[in-house]
Amino acid sequence: MLPATLTTVAYIIAIILFILSLGGLSNPETSRRGNWFGVTGMAIAVLATIFGSRIVDVGGGNSETWQLVLPAGLPWVIGAMIVGGGIGLYAARVVKMTQMPELVAIMHSLVGFAACAIGFASFIDTSITFAGSEHVIHLGEIYIGILIGAVTFSGSVIAFGKLSGKISGKPMLLPARHWINLAALVLVVWFFFQFVGTAGIHDQGGAIAAGWLPLIVMTILALLFGVHMVMAIGGADMPVVVSMLNSYSGWAAAATGFMLGNDLLIVVGALVGSSGAILSYIMCKAMNRHFLSVIAGGFGTGEGKAPVAGAEPAGEVTPISSLETAELLKDAKSVIIMPGYGMAVAQAQHTVNEITQLLRAKGTNVRFAIHPVAGRMPGHMNVLLAEAKVPYDIVLEMDEINEDFPATDVVMVIGANDIVNPAAEDDPTSPIAGMPVCQVWKAKTSIVMKRSMASGYAGVDNPLFYKENNRMLFGDAKKMLDEVLTALNS
Amino acid sequence: MALTIGIPRETFPGERRVATVPEIVEKLIKLGFEVSVETKAGDDANFSDQDYKAAGASVSRTAAALYKKSDIVLKVRAPAMEEVPLLKEGTVLISFVWPAQNPDLMTALAAQKVTVLAIDSLPRQLSRAQKMDALTSMAGIVGYRAVVEAANEFDRFFAGQITAAGKVPPAKVFIAGAGVAGLAAIGTAVGLGAIVRANDTRAEVADQVTSMGGEFVKVDYEEEGSGGGGYAKVMSEGFQAAQREMYAQQAKECDIIITTALIPGKPAPKLITADMVKSMKPGSVIVDLAAEQGGNCELTEPDKAVVKHGVTIIGYTDLPSRLSRQASTLYATNLLRVVEELSPQKDGTINVNMEDDAIRGLTVINLGDVTWPPPPLNLPAPKPATAPAAALPKKEEKKSSGIGMAIMAFVGAALVAFVGLYAPPAFIGHFTVFVLAVFVGYMVVWNVTPALHTPLMSVTNAISSIIAIGALIQIAPQVEIGTVRADALILGIAVIGIALTSINMFGGFAVTRRMLMMFRK
Repeated sequence: MLPATLTTVAYIIAIILFILSLGGLSNPETSRRGNWFGVTGMAIAVLATIFGSRIVDVGGGNSETWQLVLPAGLPWVIGAMIVGGGIGLYAARVVKMTQMPELVAIMHSLVGFAACAIGFASFIDTSITFAGSEHVIHLGEIYIGILIGAVTFSGSVIAFGKLSGKISGKPMLLPARHWINLAALVLVVWFFFQFVGTAGIHDQGGAIAAGWLPLIVMTILALLFGVHMVMAIGGADMPVVVSMLNSYSGWAAAATGFMLGNDLLIVVGALVGSSGAILSYIMCKAMNRHFLSVIAGGFGTGEGKAPVAGAEPAGEVTPISSLETAELLKDAKSVIIMPGYGMAVAQAQHTVNEITQLLRAKGTNVRFAIHPVAGRMPGHMNVLLAEAKVPYDIVLEMDEINEDFPATDVVMVIGANDIVNPAAEDDPTSPIAGMPVCQVWKAKTSIVMKRSMASGYAGVDNPLFYKENNRMLFGDAKKMLDEVLTALNS
Repeated sequence: MALTIGIPRETFPGERRVATVPEIVEKLIKLGFEVSVETKAGDDANFSDQDYKAAGASVSRTAAALYKKSDIVLKVRAPAMEEVPLLKEGTVLISFVWPAQNPDLMTALAAQKVTVLAIDSLPRQLSRAQKMDALTSMAGIVGYRAVVEAANEFDRFFAGQITAAGKVPPAKVFIAGAGVAGLAAIGTAVGLGAIVRANDTRAEVADQVTSMGGEFVKVDYEEEGSGGGGYAKVMSEGFQAAQREMYAQQAKECDIIITTALIPGKPAPKLITADMVKSMKPGSVIVDLAAEQGGNCELTEPDKAVVKHGVTIIGYTDLPSRLSRQASTLYATNLLRVVEELSPQKDGTINVNMEDDAIRGLTVINLGDVTWPPPPLNLPAPKPATAPAAALPKKEEKKSSGIGMAIMAFVGAALVAFVGLYAPPAFIGHFTVFVLAVFVGYMVVWNVTPALHTPLMSVTNAISSIIAIGALIQIAPQVEIGTVRADALILGIAVIGIALTSINMFGGFAVTRRMLMMFRK
């Protein structure tokens, strides 16, 4: 058994390692080391807890050192970790890179569930005694911890369902949904006072009997709220939702830390929470949308969002064959490839890489442009391209490459739509007006690969398709790219 | 039945272009047509009869034979009067015609009962007409060649250099008129390293001039010079005086002047007077691209390069022919697009659809009926307001109002004060840690490269499994003897909690590692 002070010091080391772990991600070079920092920090934290102790005031000015886990808990801990760890490692091994958003979502739900479970356990746990205002605050922390945990849990489960296609990606909009949300919020606040008020006047044993009902009702409300919130959000807004749930899972951990008086949990929860919040902010900015309007949902429903009359770009598109595409690519000196969710759906990233290798071997300057909200989660496209072994130094962010489009011979847009829509820049009436977009139309030629002329998630027609220097390559992205590759090889 | 497209040899003296090239012949054949070329039609553009044959065309020995078999005739220059009778009734002729300047020709063609599509009458405002716009493609060539001709006559480098033999200043080029030709000239001259200035009466082209690397010289006088359809109009007297002054100034400073100023249907404006020419440095060059319409310079002699007051004045009118292969290729592509428009079924037949705006504008004679000038197009005027509209959404970016900030600050302060007043000391300690950690997280995460956002999410996921600590300390803590505690229930919950968070703990780090291993240079 370790002395209590040593446990605390171990926690501090773990905190530093976690911060270094996030800091390592500033660069792909240092990121692998950063991951090991994270693993080490986690191992230290868990071991310090298992072998740790805490100092308990036993009255009369005396204090004793009590064990945290040993000896009775150890077999249970090892058993649970073997089961959970085995599942986790297996999932990490078999998951496809296109399924990363689903995996991340389901993992969020686990954190949310754990926060709930620990909250309830803490509620009925009498091993630590509280009195007076500390008791009330403890109850409040339990309530908030379970609340955030439950919203995270049910929201993430729905997000998982949507991302994996088990639930329709279309937003489900109940009538008066904002009022439903508001009513839920008011009820949750009311039950908070019910819970703290009725349970707070009792000692711990009595509090359990008095408080369980409001606590359970609130949990159910929170679960429903989470479901309702994510159901109302459309597919293209998923990057925001996934990062928001990431943030929530952090806040759930932080709330649990308050509940248990554990600084390690508070720090880590705050780190994760702010990280998710920043990601949500970046995603919202990349869509020029307010965070609240994303959460309020309803984008891309087609309902009342039909393209504004008169803004309809008249004209005809110029189709192109895969052979002609190959010709264009052969003659181009510089090529930019703009992948979108369509590439992930078609699993075309490996073919894209082969085409890239071929062109680069010929001396063509091939680069990739990634819009921040391309795909279903932040950084989705980068991971897919990395999986296909595209070197990361030719994969650039929108801001880095947007100025280079005018000097580019060919831009290939693979399964992206709204993020290359010029209407965002020059049509103030467009629903996506003001959203930063990649200016592919400034290139000498752009080729848009699409399955059909359907519009994007925002339900906005894309004037790019009708531009003089744009060509449309219709068909499944994978199939078309394979044909292009064959043509390039011959 | 597949129609035959005939390509006669150009008869106009000095014309070296040809209306189609072998590469385009292949595409015409793909559209279902047969193609016949008059012998030696492409010689001056360096395309041999052999090349055309290889592309699938047949070669006719004489013009008469060619016209006889052709249902569609593609030409560059308007047909000469002696060529008109060769056209058989019902033939479709596509070429430059300039109906306004050639009324006699129009009468003769109408009498011949042919259909004539004048490529110069294309309604250029239609965006889909751009691909057929031969005036633009020829103007681009003219602009390029103008600079090359000027460089040929000019006795210095274009680019400034510092050599062992001393410093060479860069040539200064002034370009009057920033239409397509002017812009092409700007790009070419900038490419050679010269300092390029340009002027145009249409203020909206200033951005285009700058984008080509030139410097836009303004006339010190307020008047908008857009005459509709993207062309310039005649300007007021006051403006012209101010403009002359500016030109006089530029003539003194610049080594090379290229003038491209044309107003539709009017003689070219005289921008460069004899006095201005006199004020130029000896050895300077003027290229007058308006020579055919009378010239922008008073001393220009069409089709000649003359030296006056020590300044070489080039008035060539055959610049496209001096780049005949390039000009022919571009022109052939423009005509191919016209043929494509005429033959939407791609089955070797054509339909002169007078309902189609583009075709209606092109068609100046339809089976002997003169249909020129066409009725005005029902088009929204090319909006001069494009620039403000584009700038609009950016300006609308709201600055959060001061009041909102103040309310936020007040609410924040009130919350902190509330916490400070009522919370027990232990809570304050944790609260401090929490707030500091949020800030650390904020700082650290902004440094994360966007490419690693997915690994960031999975690693934060793994790290948030630290919540397992909560379950760990609940699983079987040492308790005071005699405490009533639902041990079994809590143990069960805690075991489930640990198992679930372990999925995150191990799975999160493992999948992050897997992802990060994939990122490579």
